[in-house]
Amino acid sequence: MQIHLKVNGKSVHLDVPPNTLLVQALRENLGLTGTHVGCDTAQCGACTVLVNGDAVKSCNVLAAQVNGASIATIEGLAEADGTMHPMQAAFKECHGLQCGFCTTGMVMSAVDLCNKHPKATEPEIRELLEGNICRCTGYQNIVRAVVMGQAAMASA
Amino acid sequence: MGASDFSKLPHIGESLRRKEDYRFLTGAGQYTDDITMAKQSYAVFVRSPHAHANLKGIDLAAAKAMPGVIEIFTGKDVEGKMGGLPCGWLINNPDGTPMKEPPHPILAQGKVRYVGDHVAMVVAETLDQAKNAAEAVVVDYDVLSAVVRVTDAAKATALHDAAPDNHCYKWALGDKAQVDATFAKAAHITKLDLVNNRLIPNALEPRAAIGSYSRATEEYTLYVANQNPHVERLLMTAFVLGLPEHKVRVIAPDVGGGFGSKIFLYAEDVCLTWGAKQLNRSIKWTAERSESFLSDAHGRDHVSHAEMAMDKDGKFLALRVHTDANMGAYLSTFATAVPTILYATLLAGQYTTPQIYVEVDAWFTNTAPVDAYRGAGRPEATYLLERLVTRCAWELGLGQDEIRKRNFITTFPYQTPVALQYDVGDYHACMNKAQVLADVAGFEARKADSKAKGLLRGIGYSSYIEACGIAPSNIAGALGARAGLFECGEIRVHPTGSVTVFTGSHSHGQGHETTFAQVVAARLGITCEAVDVVHGDTGRVPFGMGTYGSRSISVGGAAIMKALDKIETKAKKIAAHLMEASDADVEFANGEFTVKGTDKKVTFGQVALTAYVPHNYPLDKLEPGLNETAFYDPTNFTFPAGTYICEVEIDAATGFTRVDRFSAVDDFGTIINPMIVEGQVHGGVVQGIGQALLENCVYDPESGQLLTGSLMDYAMPRADDFPHFKLDTVCTPCTHNPLGTKGCGEAGAIGSPPAVINAVLDALKDLKVIDFDMPASPARVWEAIQAAK
Repeated sequence: MQIHLKVNGKSVHLDVPPNTLLVQALRENLGLTGTHVGCDTAQCGACTVLVNGDAVKSCNVLAAQVNGASIATIEGLAEADGTMHPMQAAFKECHGLQCGFCTTGMVMSAVDLCNKHPKATEPEIRELLEGNICRCTGYQNIVRAVVMGQAAMASA
Repeated sequence: MGASDFSKLPHIGESLRRKEDYRFLTGAGQYTDDITMAKQSYAVFVRSPHAHANLKGIDLAAAKAMPGVIEIFTGKDVEGKMGGLPCGWLINNPDGTPMKEPPHPILAQGKVRYVGDHVAMVVAETLDQAKNAAEAVVVDYDVLSAVVRVTDAAKATALHDAAPDNHCYKWALGDKAQVDATFAKAAHITKLDLVNNRLIPNALEPRAAIGSYSRATEEYTLYVANQNPHVERLLMTAFVLGLPEHKVRVIAPDVGGGFGSKIFLYAEDVCLTWGAKQLNRSIKWTAERSESFLSDAHGRDHVSHAEMAMDKDGKFLALRVHTDANMGAYLSTFATAVPTILYATLLAGQYTTPQIYVEVDAWFTNTAPVDAYRGAGRPEATYLLERLVTRCAWELGLGQDEIRKRNFITTFPYQTPVALQYDVGDYHACMNKAQVLADVAGFEARKADSKAKGLLRGIGYSSYIEACGIAPSNIAGALGARAGLFECGEIRVHPTGSVTVFTGSHSHGQGHETTFAQVVAARLGITCEAVDVVHGDTGRVPFGMGTYGSRSISVGGAAIMKALDKIETKAKKIAAHLMEASDADVEFANGEFTVKGTDKKVTFGQVALTAYVPHNYPLDKLEPGLNETAFYDPTNFTFPAGTYICEVEIDAATGFTRVDRFSAVDDFGTIINPMIVEGQVHGGVVQGIGQALLENCVYDPESGQLLTGSLMDYAMPRADDFPHFKLDTVCTPCTHNPLGTKGCGEAGAIGSPPAVINAVLDALKDLKVIDFDMPASPARVWEAIQAAK
């Protein structure tokens, strides 16, 4: 079926089977492999992207369901010249990543979290990150990164 | 260069931000599933839905007729064409007979032995087509009774003809008669039964692989999510497929976490490599998470009885331990070493216990193979010993700290009664620092505050030790290892003075691209930006044994140091020529070569250029170029150690247990990048607390079905399960490697489970709960409270 999306600001047209998941459309049809698949039960959050500004687990939604939507993936977060988004920079500064596999979904969730909860406290941030699993970092530096990214986004 | 000089170099001990982060943060990392080959086909594995069954027949007719199907391989296709998966460590019984080592077929031969066992590989043009065809494969199973608990194995239906009583081996260490005699006259004996719960590793990137073959060059290429590509290649070529190694290239690109589960050679990797030649197509397979749950090697699963003999003052006289270890249905790559060499040898802990006797029985059950998982044997040893030591303290009316302090080893080197010789450490310093960090003095006040809120509070200690820097090859070989355990490093200095490092270590989150660059940059007096680290490709790296057992910096880093020594020696000769000085008079520091007592100097960059543009060069004495390779085989293990203190708060009405405070003091020797080391401790501690509070792999004891087969059923640690941890370090540099490092990757997972459970038991003491097995989930804690009433 025909699907129209705006992905990272660019209009794209896809002709995909109706059972195509959004994450498949991004990874396989558009080659945007920064969005990862870590589970099959919508638990891990590695596939998180923004759909019309909301964090969504792209393994749990059909491409057809978001027809016409604006999608933001990790590949579109940095500036055109490659300068990282304040949240990406905060993750680097705070060592909020190790193997990197959960990182892209974690960063997208963190951006959504800070957009919607610009004054979230550390315990609130921990709770709001519940939908994203990281097996490497023990979360402490992720939480520090979100606190730093939140401040940077507020002042940007 | 030695450890003392090394630790004083510029940038050693600085938290440089990671070089690898930009690609991971911008979605430009390249994990195996991100790679697409030309003419790529897709594989799906048909897996056994039964824990134990005879295979009466497989009907492929309908499946082969499905759209897009290229081929379906079963056990019959591979039988006689390849060996089974090898076990890399031979354990002998006390009478000298070898362990039972039944075949581990690549695809099931006549029988399946656990839910998830591989029966067939379906290859199709698309993933959906392969999935659909896999569902159409008809397998006729004759279901047999299954056993999942290690303690039930002896009386269960045999899995393998080679092991009629399901017994793999008995193994013992120590002098039983002497230990028994000491127990007979001890003033006090403390006894403890414990279960080390089975865990599922759950690296966030599921296992994945792509097999390819070129008829033009007769070369195989395997992309695979793996921690040790050279070991993978060695095992696959030498033991399974009988291929020459130079015709097989194994590439482990960006790998999304391993924790041990990606050390091993798996059947899927072999099928894809072999199948690629049969079909002359690239074949890709990526595990779904539910497949990872079923088929990744699991961890732990020990049932133990431990006894400590003490004098009246709580001084340990002898330790006696029996452990039943679950091997699962087949022997995975290093399974047999985990409950023996990596476990029993750590049972002295930080204590002067003069006599130890350990006996281990390993059993086959109808469960996924069990193998090394973060810590591998050492968490099991630490959990047993540190639970026992705290129990000893309580039975004697001593503090958890006091009994430990009375028994700490204080002089080094120290020869334990269980084979290892600790080179250095300061256990009192770790304990003292941890007690300050944890504000132990304020515990009673916090306990009173909790009580006022209607909550229970407990404090738990754990003083762990681990043997890392695996391993001196000669010792490992004498103990049954079928591989060497050295590491290889190559330093390639380019004409313009930048450097590429090729290391046999593999980074799957540990940050080697930064830490190793820091080592090289510090030694050569150049910037970290001028150093790139290459790893994970048998086609680019000369050789390697890979990353596990917290060995990368202490063994892989030491190999790099040796190669740097060679670079420095040659570079000095070139510099001496340029400065018309004697080699012996040339000194090198901060990237500059100088001549003693003169103001002559040349830079490292000038020397590098001269090595490749040798117009003015001692060609009669020296080859051009500046490129050196070194292999390093350690002379001993390294012994990271530390004390962890945990405080929990428990709601007795619900059993809900919350870790309120966690303090960790570790001695990792020299620390090159504190930021990265802290990150390793954070991650390890969360996996350890995960084991203690949340995680538990459960098989149904009747059917052998995996009941915790998804992230909906298996409790993974999440951000809101934890407080902010407090960390500190003590530094006694390792005495036998050139960096003074000990390794930090596993400590957190080793030290934390007993600290948590000792805290839980401390909190529940007043309710008369004296024993408890992990995990301390609300239901289990509540049940323990009710049972004690």
